[in-house]
Amino acid sequence: MSAAARPPFRLRRRIGRWVLPIYAAFAITFLTLPVIVMIIFSFNSPAGRSNLTWRELSIDAWLDPLGRPGLAEAVTTSVLIALLTTIIATALGVLIALALVRHTFRGKGIANLLIFLPMSTPEIVLGTSLLTLFIGSVGWTFLPPGVLYPLGFPTILIAHVMFSISFVVVTMRARLAGFPRHLEEAAMDLYANEWSTFWRVTFPLILPGVLAAAMLAFSLSIDDYVITTFTSGQTKTFPIYIFGAQQRGIPVQVNVIGTMIFLVAVGFVALSTFLGRRQQNAPGR
Amino acid sequence: MFAWLRRHPSATAYLLLAPGILYLALFYVWPTVGMFLVSLETGTIQTGYTQSWNFGVYPQVLGEYWGDFLNSILYGGAATLATFAIGFPLAWFVAFRGGRYKTLLLFLIIAPFFTSFILRTISWKIILADNGFLLGTLKDLGLLPDETRILATPVAVIAGITYNFLPFMTLPLYVALEKIPPSVLEAAQDLYADPLSRLRRVTLPLAMPGVIAGSLLTFIPAVGDFVNAELLGNPRTTMIGNVIQARFLKVSDYPTGAALAFILMAAILTGVLVYARLAGTEELYGARAG
Repeated sequence: MSAAARPPFRLRRRIGRWVLPIYAAFAITFLTLPVIVMIIFSFNSPAGRSNLTWRELSIDAWLDPLGRPGLAEAVTTSVLIALLTTIIATALGVLIALALVRHTFRGKGIANLLIFLPMSTPEIVLGTSLLTLFIGSVGWTFLPPGVLYPLGFPTILIAHVMFSISFVVVTMRARLAGFPRHLEEAAMDLYANEWSTFWRVTFPLILPGVLAAAMLAFSLSIDDYVITTFTSGQTKTFPIYIFGAQQRGIPVQVNVIGTMIFLVAVGFVALSTFLGRRQQNAPGR
Repeated sequence: MFAWLRRHPSATAYLLLAPGILYLALFYVWPTVGMFLVSLETGTIQTGYTQSWNFGVYPQVLGEYWGDFLNSILYGGAATLATFAIGFPLAWFVAFRGGRYKTLLLFLIIAPFFTSFILRTISWKIILADNGFLLGTLKDLGLLPDETRILATPVAVIAGITYNFLPFMTLPLYVALEKIPPSVLEAAQDLYADPLSRLRRVTLPLAMPGVIAGSLLTFIPAVGDFVNAELLGNPRTTMIGNVIQARFLKVSDYPTGAALAFILMAAILTGVLVYARLAGTEELYGARAG
């Protein structure tokens, strides 16, 4: 290679070294900017109802985070539905994952497909199809009114459990793939029956996976807007409340609660990362 | 009972599956079939809808709303390309140059997930506002003419969708890139591949499962989305999701809404199932990633 050809080559390498980190920094800024804006605007004191332009620093909203009509109810509804969804969807999903990973049976392909389909169906289709079911149930006298129609808390719950199951199964399936089966065999050799083997050997071992799946179900449920609009009727969840409020102007309190949810989620992730690291470093692993 | 189960191993599997699968049959399969039946009904909301096997609704709604379908495919496609353009270098950087900041960087990539989807989209309204902090600053500096708008244009809708689904593209790409052994890349270099041909002929082909999974995870929700078009767009940027939502919730025209939703689902599932046949469903949603 001639000496004249070197400088451009070196220059290109230098650009190569810096372009990518700067690009990555821009991408990360793009991803986190709205979150930062949300947090900053939770300390705003807007002139009118709309919290879209910065006026002055204030902690009023933080001192009274639920001080808007309907907001406390919406947040309570969201949290309750998310908790119930988490329990039901995790239970159903973990059982399916156990069956799919550990057993061979006829119809496994169909079961896999049935798990896969809801994740590949656009949310709006899941929402509208449930809505047609609920509307169509008018006149079913064997159900008490309010279970499927009129829409409300139970129909939101039904919808949230439905779309969460698949995500629980997929998360659990990945975790179960490397499960040390010989520990269960050892327990059975030591005369433990299936029931106590499950609760005293299997369950403690799959617990981290179960918790990860449960956290995923909770976060999917508490954030859902699209499917909920079709299944909520007059009942308001937190995302529905925000969407309704944005036409009139979003109260600062919404940013405060959004920030709180963000901080709690970050806390959970930090905790599970920490616990995961400790488990990795523990002796005998 | 355990003894009986031990003699019938597949019975255990069916017992484990039954509650969840039954639930999905009841609240996924049945409503989907039901929605197809509703799409064939005729009538008005005042007189009620009755089943008349009106298959003509399908060509009719396609003729009437093809523009909205086109918008959805264009915006969804553009957003998918944009997420790839942003997500691939980012995933590459985290996978190969992340070092000890890898966990922090991955956390920042999923950070948006911890904030309400609606709230995030509204944040973009603040950022992209005509005299907001982005455009306002650029206008004050004289870099943009005063009448420049981004809000209420297709660009804003595409940007919003790109933003909302960027983690869905970046994470599968990261998982795929992470699996590539550095020695393979070094071998390419030793064999005199320049960076560009190494990317094109080694890195990209090996990252293909991530590219395909990421595109699907982005494109599917993007095509069905109506929130970004509603919050960031204008009446001419409606996507098919906006039409479906309005048919169901504003004018209670269930047959039209159901037909449109069914077309959307059928189109997407056909594409996805063709792929699933080719690649296997497990690969698709990263079931082997663990």
